[in-house]
Amino acid sequence: MQNSDLKIFDASNAVRTFGHGKKLVTAVDGVTFDIKDGEIVSLVGGSGCGKSVLAKIMLGLHRQTSGTFLYKGKEITDLKEHWREVQSVFQDPFSCFNQFFTIRSQLKAAFGIYKTKPSDKEMEDRVDQALLAVNVKPSEVAGKYPFELSGGQMQRMLLARIFVLRPQVLIADEPTSMVDACVRANILDYLMKLKEELNMTIVFITHDIGLAYYVSDRLFIMHKGKIVEQGAPDDVTVNPKCEHTVQLLEDIPEIHKEWIKR
Amino acid sequence: MKLLKNLLKSPMFVVGISLFLITILVALFGPLFYEMNLQRVGMPYDAPSGKYWLGLDNFGRDYIALLLRGLSSSLYVGLIAGVIATSIGTLVGLYGGFKGGIADDILSVITNLFVVIPQFVILILISSTFEKRSLALVAVIIGFTAWTWSARGVRAQAAALKSKDHISLARLNGDGIMKVLIVHVLPYILSYVFMVFILQVSSGILSEAAISMIGLGPTGDNAISLGVILNDANRYGGLSGRFWHTFLPATCVISALVFALYLINTSMEGVFNPRLRK
Repeated sequence: MQNSDLKIFDASNAVRTFGHGKKLVTAVDGVTFDIKDGEIVSLVGGSGCGKSVLAKIMLGLHRQTSGTFLYKGKEITDLKEHWREVQSVFQDPFSCFNQFFTIRSQLKAAFGIYKTKPSDKEMEDRVDQALLAVNVKPSEVAGKYPFELSGGQMQRMLLARIFVLRPQVLIADEPTSMVDACVRANILDYLMKLKEELNMTIVFITHDIGLAYYVSDRLFIMHKGKIVEQGAPDDVTVNPKCEHTVQLLEDIPEIHKEWIKR
Repeated sequence: MKLLKNLLKSPMFVVGISLFLITILVALFGPLFYEMNLQRVGMPYDAPSGKYWLGLDNFGRDYIALLLRGLSSSLYVGLIAGVIATSIGTLVGLYGGFKGGIADDILSVITNLFVVIPQFVILILISSTFEKRSLALVAVIIGFTAWTWSARGVRAQAAALKSKDHISLARLNGDGIMKVLIVHVLPYILSYVFMVFILQVSSGILSEAAISMIGLGPTGDNAISLGVILNDANRYGGLSGRFWHTFLPATCVISALVFALYLINTSMEGVFNPRLRK
């Protein structure tokens, strides 16, 4: 099923700017890369380097200002169609759900992306299965509102949404930055489980190069809107060519560093 | 519920809501307990007496009956104008603020155009084109000229919500713009919209009084509002003749009503806005 020649994303000199005139801000500045089917690619960079904007371009929530950005060889035109295949997990689980509705109803709302919704019974069953997949008993969240759950639970709800939708591509925008180390390991496990079960292509966005090293097939290092270095995790971390990569490597805690060298 | 509890802790709110409820109760139930005789019952400008507590007006009508009728008319105008102005303002503001781009630019230009032309001038112009004006018509005219401030306020709130994650997620769920606006944006700014509504009601009451005061208010024999009472007092010499009972009570009622609404609005801001919470 996996076709490693298929380019999921293919960007060439893609630029995204905001504003105009003196206030022009270039968030993504001429990036060129491709991501192949079934790969896990990490996009690593500090705050404000443009990685989240690049993620939104991949999702179709932003459009590149110039350059080309192709999904499976085509421009992203039909967004609904795009979102049936490409989905996302966001950084802050608390801000991702509408606080006026129950979690369960919002997980069910995800079916809105399909042209024809499955039967109510099937939707309920799939939500139940998705909750079980992230180790949450459906009864635990029954009738609960987003603010009644903990951060770790909420992050798992976001992942449950992915288990419900079963997309081909997942853009994970710092899914672990708001949770503690224990939950972080859990979430990475779930991501790997998704990857195995669905043969998913994952774009993992993070500021933590140690984490990225652990999960990915390739690393992209971003700085000020540009991809300054890309390659296999071992190449990038052991022989960094760019000063920004060195900087990112120096910033990780010692214990992590030992672990990477090993 | 918790919100209501917090509100009731604020003395400002308690005073405001009590004052407002009292005026509503008086307007609703006053006529049941008081003999509403709007015909001439004595000499013009008769001073307050044991029978007519607030005396008689320029036509020799019972002033208390006039006040009761005027109060309910003013509340009616205020509420209709408030509903219309808030609805238009909310729709325009929500759509423009959220959609952004050209749609927002066009809506902003229209809004700002209405803001820079004084509302009162438009009110006078529109009102004077109608020969006969019912209470409802006056309310509608006020509503259609007063929505701009709420549109600006709501627009700012909607624009701030635009980049929130739950909106992105709703879009990833395939929700269209109308669904996103109504389900994912509106609930977050509902408290703000409610505050805007209260201000629009009070400004509607004031606008009605002002437009009636210069003689462009509701017409017809039965059209009696607080503004019309003041206009009569002015036109028939109640003011210049210093018959205090022809203008002071109506002025006090308007002031109390608007004051109550402002108190409610201000105290709500203190509860809804966490930064102002004590």
